[in-house]
Amino acid sequence: MSLLHFPVFDLRQHLLDRLVTPDLEALVDRMPKPVGSFGYDPWGYNNATLKISLGLVRLLYLHYFRVETHGLENIPDTGRVLVIPNHSGQLPMDGVLVGAAMALNTNGPRLARAMIERFFPTVPWLGNYLNAIGAVIGDPLNCERMLDAEEAVIVFPEGVRGSGKLFRHRYQLQRFGNGFMHLAMKHGTPIIPTAVIGCEETMPSLYDIKPLARLLGIPYAPVAPPLPLPARVTLWFGKPMHFKPVTGEAAVQKQVEVVKARMREMIEHGLAQRTRKF
Amino acid sequence: MAQRKPGTGGARKTVLVTGAGGSLAQRVIARLHPHHNVVAADFRRRVETDADIPSYLVQLYKRTFEDVFAAHKIDAVIHIGRMFPHERNRAQRYNANVMGTRRLFDLCRKYQVGQVIVHSTYFVYGATAWNPALIDEDAPLKASEVTQDLVDSVELESLANIQLWRHPELHVTVLRPCNVLGPDVRNSLSILLSNRFAPVLLGFAPLMQFVHVDDMAEAIVLAFEKNHPGIYNVAPADYIPYPDAVRECGCHRVPVLSVPPLLPRAISRVLNSNVFFPPYLINYFKYPVILDGRLFGKTFGWKPRHTLNDIFASYRRQKQRAAG
Repeated sequence: MSLLHFPVFDLRQHLLDRLVTPDLEALVDRMPKPVGSFGYDPWGYNNATLKISLGLVRLLYLHYFRVETHGLENIPDTGRVLVIPNHSGQLPMDGVLVGAAMALNTNGPRLARAMIERFFPTVPWLGNYLNAIGAVIGDPLNCERMLDAEEAVIVFPEGVRGSGKLFRHRYQLQRFGNGFMHLAMKHGTPIIPTAVIGCEETMPSLYDIKPLARLLGIPYAPVAPPLPLPARVTLWFGKPMHFKPVTGEAAVQKQVEVVKARMREMIEHGLAQRTRKF
Repeated sequence: MAQRKPGTGGARKTVLVTGAGGSLAQRVIARLHPHHNVVAADFRRRVETDADIPSYLVQLYKRTFEDVFAAHKIDAVIHIGRMFPHERNRAQRYNANVMGTRRLFDLCRKYQVGQVIVHSTYFVYGATAWNPALIDEDAPLKASEVTQDLVDSVELESLANIQLWRHPELHVTVLRPCNVLGPDVRNSLSILLSNRFAPVLLGFAPLMQFVHVDDMAEAIVLAFEKNHPGIYNVAPADYIPYPDAVRECGCHRVPVLSVPPLLPRAISRVLNSNVFFPPYLINYFKYPVILDGRLFGKTFGWKPRHTLNDIFASYRRQKQRAAG
């Protein structure tokens, strides 16, 4: 044996070890998640990709946005659930942080399935990557199948109306779509109303250049900082709400308004509790 | 092969199997033969069979096909024979697959055949970026929207569906399997994975489902024996991205530029790779078409015996043998 022995430094492995710590690995392994023999579920979710991504997001979550959470115990550790947050901040950073909070929840980690825009699968690499970390295209069939499979699904009922709104409309809930209520009623799923405080300040938009958005085929083209600002983010998860099936869109709308009113109260409470924006 | 109980009612039936030369049909015949009379038909060649299995070289859309029905009292037809896009041009394929199947149904009605099983394909659903996962049998068939080269597959299904509702006495069962792989299977994907090099579109790793040819043969025989007419996906609940399947089969991945979308089609045409990487299937190497196979499993009590690893192992072994 040679007397000179130089240990080989594997940078990739070193970074992976720093990102995917044993506690994070244990949390992901605890998630109720049926996958096939190669580690994939029918939507393309993959355990290994999630672990690395969650390791990266956790850095942002803890050190950049310094996320604080309340009411995580309201999210059941198993079984179907719809998490319904307000939407803001131009980029879907709120979805990422809500998903991270659910995944890092030591009470019972859950993989959050987020519904994404339909053009993402056409983008090379990004489409597959988003699928691998649990996101799927926002098709009602996907959502139904996931609830049937006892998954936790995040739906932003405001859609792009919420994420693309101008800074002067911050913390004002926009029109809600009724789809989430139909799903909750049809599949007997509890709704967790959620208030996201702080994401409005991550990317304040002063103006929406609509002609540019049309030209690029994107929902909005904000005049905003190029990268999210390091605002402090607080997430408030409310008590589960249960709704009985009703018929007629007016009756459904009424139930949607109940959720919206609850979220409005939670947002006002969250804003009143906030001491620092940055 | 495990011994199988005779079919429903225990009566010995006469079963016509089309596409008898193929790997899947051979396996179906082997399973049926001990308990039923089998008649083999193929449009490519006269298939070598056991002494007591009559074998015909016949085009389904030609008049001579009727002679088969006249010569044997056919009780059931298992329609597997299909002309692949790499075999002939689009018009010839349309004649063989669509007109041939239409004639097959006409003859089944005329000669009072009591059961028809049609082996279709998951390609009929079409591969698009907007597909939800776990597509069930009620989903629209969008393949014609993706490419004209799959029009014959969709029309063949339409014909079968019309018969299914208009002629319940035919007891039509349509099976839409995911990718069938295994020894001697000669469909596009099997040929592709048998090669040492396999093209992979850069930036796209669509999930795929695979079923072993033995499990598919078992599924067809179950559909014949249990006879519950209808349309069924046949797919195991296990998934793998295509580039990983390529690696597992022991192939070297050949990256192909994927954008702009016309580029991979052009590359496919230039390489004249119609057999294993045809331009009309490019979308299937880009977007997933994931089937919900639960209905078939529940209705017929089918469970695949081969895992994904078993399926890929046969392709690995094949390459190791070739390398000596």
